[in-house]
Amino acid sequence: MDFIHSIPWFLIFASLAKTIFIIFLVVLPMVSYTVYAERRVSALIQDRVGPNRTGFPLTLLGFKKDFSPFLGGLGQPVADAVKFLLKEDFTPGHVNKPYFWLAPALAMMPALITLAAIPFGSVLDLDFLLIPLGHLFGAEWGHGPVKMIISDMNVGLLFMFAISSVSVYGIVLAGWSSNSKYPFLGGIRSTSQMISYELCMGLSAVPVLLVASSSGLSSIVNYQVAHGWLLLPFTDGSLTLREILLWIPIAIAFVTFTISMFAETNRLPFDLPESETELVAGYHTEYSSMKFALFFLGEYTAMIAGSALIVVLFFGGWHLPFIPDGSRGGFWGAIFGFVNITAFFAKVAMLLVVFIWVRWTLPRFRYDQLMKLGWLYLFEIALANIFLTAGILAFT
Amino acid sequence: MAYIVPRPKLTFAEKMYLPSIVAGMAITFKHLKRMLKGETKVVMQYPEEKWDSNMPEHYRGAPTLVKDDHGRERCVACQLCEFICPPRAITISPGEIPAENKFAKVEKYPVEFKIDMIRCIYCGMCEEVCPEQAIFLRKDYAITGTSRAEMVNDKEKLYEMGGVFDGLIHKWNPKK
Repeated sequence: MDFIHSIPWFLIFASLAKTIFIIFLVVLPMVSYTVYAERRVSALIQDRVGPNRTGFPLTLLGFKKDFSPFLGGLGQPVADAVKFLLKEDFTPGHVNKPYFWLAPALAMMPALITLAAIPFGSVLDLDFLLIPLGHLFGAEWGHGPVKMIISDMNVGLLFMFAISSVSVYGIVLAGWSSNSKYPFLGGIRSTSQMISYELCMGLSAVPVLLVASSSGLSSIVNYQVAHGWLLLPFTDGSLTLREILLWIPIAIAFVTFTISMFAETNRLPFDLPESETELVAGYHTEYSSMKFALFFLGEYTAMIAGSALIVVLFFGGWHLPFIPDGSRGGFWGAIFGFVNITAFFAKVAMLLVVFIWVRWTLPRFRYDQLMKLGWLYLFEIALANIFLTAGILAFT
Repeated sequence: MAYIVPRPKLTFAEKMYLPSIVAGMAITFKHLKRMLKGETKVVMQYPEEKWDSNMPEHYRGAPTLVKDDHGRERCVACQLCEFICPPRAITISPGEIPAENKFAKVEKYPVEFKIDMIRCIYCGMCEEVCPEQAIFLRKDYAITGTSRAEMVNDKEKLYEMGGVFDGLIHKWNPKK
């Protein structure tokens, strides 16, 4: 009995609930609707209409009318998912099967794992619900506020970099095991691109670490709650000389970090691993059905994780000016907790729109331009930026 | 003599590349905004908007049969259209109008008049050749069916689509 009592049941259940909530209720629907937004926004930018037909076929369930909400086409992601699940999963005969099967999972999983370190809300205190509910079963369920982060590591940023760099294996294995020249070229390009830009990405996050003096993502957010968002330092209502001086290196870090994030997630203008005009479809040319869909979802999940990281580092995470966090408890505390979560995902969604917007504006870089930009410019700028930040911090 | 094209001298802003990114994003955002405000003209949303109001006067759609203002079917089963029809889409079975009918002096009428809409090429030769102004190409364009048999328009359907047409030729009227 002592053993059972020694297990921190509440922590296990809370972590499970958070994981299920963020992965299945927020991020995966967000992924499919990002794909929809991608198609719709690209259509609007190119003076087209885009997918505006697919509603929800409620007539199949016995309702009078099909439900096609305000914009039309909101059922498109569901239809796409059904199509991917029902399509024939064809494995070509010339591939290296174990790696061919492993690659899609390796492309999807790292992006999902990185979400564990993201603080997607302040704290949530559901005791006003849980204590009466526990009394019904004769148990004590109250536990106080719960942090809205699946795993609160004090090396959260390093964890994110470490895990997200694993996703290159998915692409490399896909390119190599396909045993076909275009996927192979895509895989090679992706390897060199991701390795080059990882350096720059890591270095451009260092100024943030210096300013917030911590690499735990939740403590970076807490610093920004106390001192104003790093990129918009006036959000705490005051603006000091130190903040104005620090804004310069932070803005440079933001630009370099965002550019390397685009390269890291294989988005245009850096989508050389899958450049359609040169490499058919790049590393996933030989894939079909759900295995292809996993690459697709992995790319968009990485986009969401990347946007979440940018929000955490530069835009104050879940914080909105004048809205308190959820630590006060009771009904209103829970409401504020949910408002914080909503604010976080709203910021992420805005960044995703910027990702899409950039994709349909800029043409693709040439391969040597990509390497030159990464190694000769961004790397040096990020490196010099660290010294600039350190100097400002030392003399103010 | 070879002509050397001078390389353009780029300013610092152009070398930086970032200002042109911002300019490009402004352009795409303008397009997005114009689409959202409905200022950009886009293609016809077909099932909701139809061609009907935008159809030109000379449009050649499905061929139909017409009756005159007395309710007489104008076709006299001369079979000229059947013979001229390039894809042989028209099949007519002529018959004699019985003596007690008030249009008996017209003598012939089509017992059956079939136009196979799978074969029809909408050339309009039937309309051109008809001496009685009995067959006309109307503006029906969405002609669909789930079987071959369904795509054959019979006489009843043709008159239903054609309706009444008071044409130029009234040569049968004085003898009525």
